[in-house]
Amino acid sequence: MSKTLFEKIWDSHIVVQEDGRSLLYVDRHLVHEVTSPQAFEGLRLNGRQVRRTDLTFATMDHNVPTSDRSLPILDQTSSMQIKTLEKNCKEFGITLFDINSPNQGIVHVIGSELGITLPGTTIVCGDSHTSTHGAFGALAFGIGTSDVEHVLATQCIMMEKPKTFEIKIQGKRKNPHAVTAKDIILSIIRKIGTAGGTGTVIEYRGEAISDLTMEQRMTICNMSIEAGARAGLIAPDEKTFQYLKGRKYSPENYDECVDDWRENLKTDSGAKFDKSFTLGAENIAPQVSWGTNPAMTTDVTGNVPFPDEYGKGNPEEQKGAQKALQYMALTPGMAITDIAIDRVFIGSCTNSRLEDLMEAAKVVKGKKVSAKVRAMVVPGSQLVKKNAEQLGLDKIFKDAGFEWRESGCSMCLGMNPDILSAGERCASTSNRNFEGRQGTGGRTHLVSPVMAAAAAIHGHFVDVRELDLN
Amino acid sequence: MEPFTKIKSIATPLDKVNVDTDQIVPKQFLKLIQKTGFGQYLFYDWRYENGAPRKDFVLNDTAYENSRILLARDNFGCGSSREHAVWALDDYGFKAIISTSFADIFYNNCFKNGILPIRVSDETLQKLFSTKSEIEIDLEDQSIIVDGVTISFTIEPHWKKILLEGLDDIAVTLLHEDAIVRYEKSHKI
Repeated sequence: MSKTLFEKIWDSHIVVQEDGRSLLYVDRHLVHEVTSPQAFEGLRLNGRQVRRTDLTFATMDHNVPTSDRSLPILDQTSSMQIKTLEKNCKEFGITLFDINSPNQGIVHVIGSELGITLPGTTIVCGDSHTSTHGAFGALAFGIGTSDVEHVLATQCIMMEKPKTFEIKIQGKRKNPHAVTAKDIILSIIRKIGTAGGTGTVIEYRGEAISDLTMEQRMTICNMSIEAGARAGLIAPDEKTFQYLKGRKYSPENYDECVDDWRENLKTDSGAKFDKSFTLGAENIAPQVSWGTNPAMTTDVTGNVPFPDEYGKGNPEEQKGAQKALQYMALTPGMAITDIAIDRVFIGSCTNSRLEDLMEAAKVVKGKKVSAKVRAMVVPGSQLVKKNAEQLGLDKIFKDAGFEWRESGCSMCLGMNPDILSAGERCASTSNRNFEGRQGTGGRTHLVSPVMAAAAAIHGHFVDVRELDLN
Repeated sequence: MEPFTKIKSIATPLDKVNVDTDQIVPKQFLKLIQKTGFGQYLFYDWRYENGAPRKDFVLNDTAYENSRILLARDNFGCGSSREHAVWALDDYGFKAIISTSFADIFYNNCFKNGILPIRVSDETLQKLFSTKSEIEIDLEDQSIIVDGVTISFTIEPHWKKILLEGLDDIAVTLLHEDAIVRYEKSHKI
């Protein structure tokens, strides 16, 4: 019988099936400081151990400061949470990339960087952006803390089988340096909505997806959760196999593995998806979010919408748009390019990898950040930071007036000192523009790295298709 | 976990679509390392302004003080996987949430903490939003009783059992120890 890629991975990980649910084996479990302390405490209270320490990897990313790492952490609760992870990893025997490790970084950046993420595997983490790892053809889910404890204790997860959702992006982007993977995924979410993928695993397909590099594919899969999906997948190909070759934890018999992945990890022709959505790549423009969820997004050449024209006639959505515009302090009808910004954040598990920084640096090179703007770059990992510095990107950013920081989640969610003040407006390469996400009262506009870089220089949004990026 | 059987209470109407978990518990409260005491942070940025309760937010309306049921709109609990959102709802006193739809991770997290999320039709939700009467929820019967009318709801049998019996799902999974060992022996990772 023809199967989708998702069904093949799902079926090969079933340990037991009952009551319409499956107990799935978990190949890799990634752990961070925020969603794990209560899980380890649960193990202790019940006298349980971590079943597979060899398949469990931890790092600290959410609330680590991105300033000088040699200084003590001033926030006592953050410091306690970080120390708790160190203590738990030591007690239970788990590999930890701590704050001083050359491999520290955002958990969804270091997974593939270290070859922990592999095609055809199941990966979980107590973080909704675990969907990122789907870019390698892994089935990767975000889970809650109770499930983190469950996986630590059993190396399995009990789930109902999600439905399958094919999203096909056809054709080619007109200007691939200006119209990025971020613009593709924001366009998708804008069309299908923040609940468009609920209950499904998305497989992204089509020429515009195959054309993407691995790091760009991660940007796409990362935001699957912003469409409500359990996971997002892209079938692995030669780019995938090349990317993971020779990484720290890549398998020793790598070539044999590749033969197997090449043979098996694809959706069979004739396999049926539960639902499908198609979008042409040619007409995608750089995107800018204007509201308080990622579906509230429009083209950079567009205008802030009137609430009664939003939400396909749904009065609840229109009410939501009205509240969003109040929160964002935007006037319906104003041009997106007239929105002036105070802050720029280039970072997060969506857009903090080497290619993101290289593309943004092209916009910044030889220019100066607008006098009205404070801009920062937060590399996704220590390795990204090191590689970027070898290319001289740190110098380009710093010369332009950007802050060049240490790695972590930083202002994507503002659990560390990197936050917006109330009323500040930020062009951000992160994934969520929820109220208060980057700081209580802060206003977030989601954009690509090149759009964020250009906004930093000009002090407002500009259409990066008009810049020379080649 | 405490078993869930029946509850009866007035319902707190939260009239907003796409409520994300960043609103349910803002990030500044995620640094704690225990599961308890999150109720005071529930909907914090909507509930307080400069530390004082906001009169225009429903949780500050004394009419709903003892409510144990939350009425929500489409796509409730979207965004971050933070289980702190469920710990906050639970600690505040909510034992059931009724909406037209929930985000997947949040929906799972509810059951793991003994909270019953119920999906109903648009029409039923509208009816519940418009009543001031107490609502009775009977999990065994899978019914909501309001103003003398009984409305049935569906729930996955697995979750129904976990809630009714207050089961520890890790213990349930460990009953399959033999199957897990067999899987590990036959699959290279």
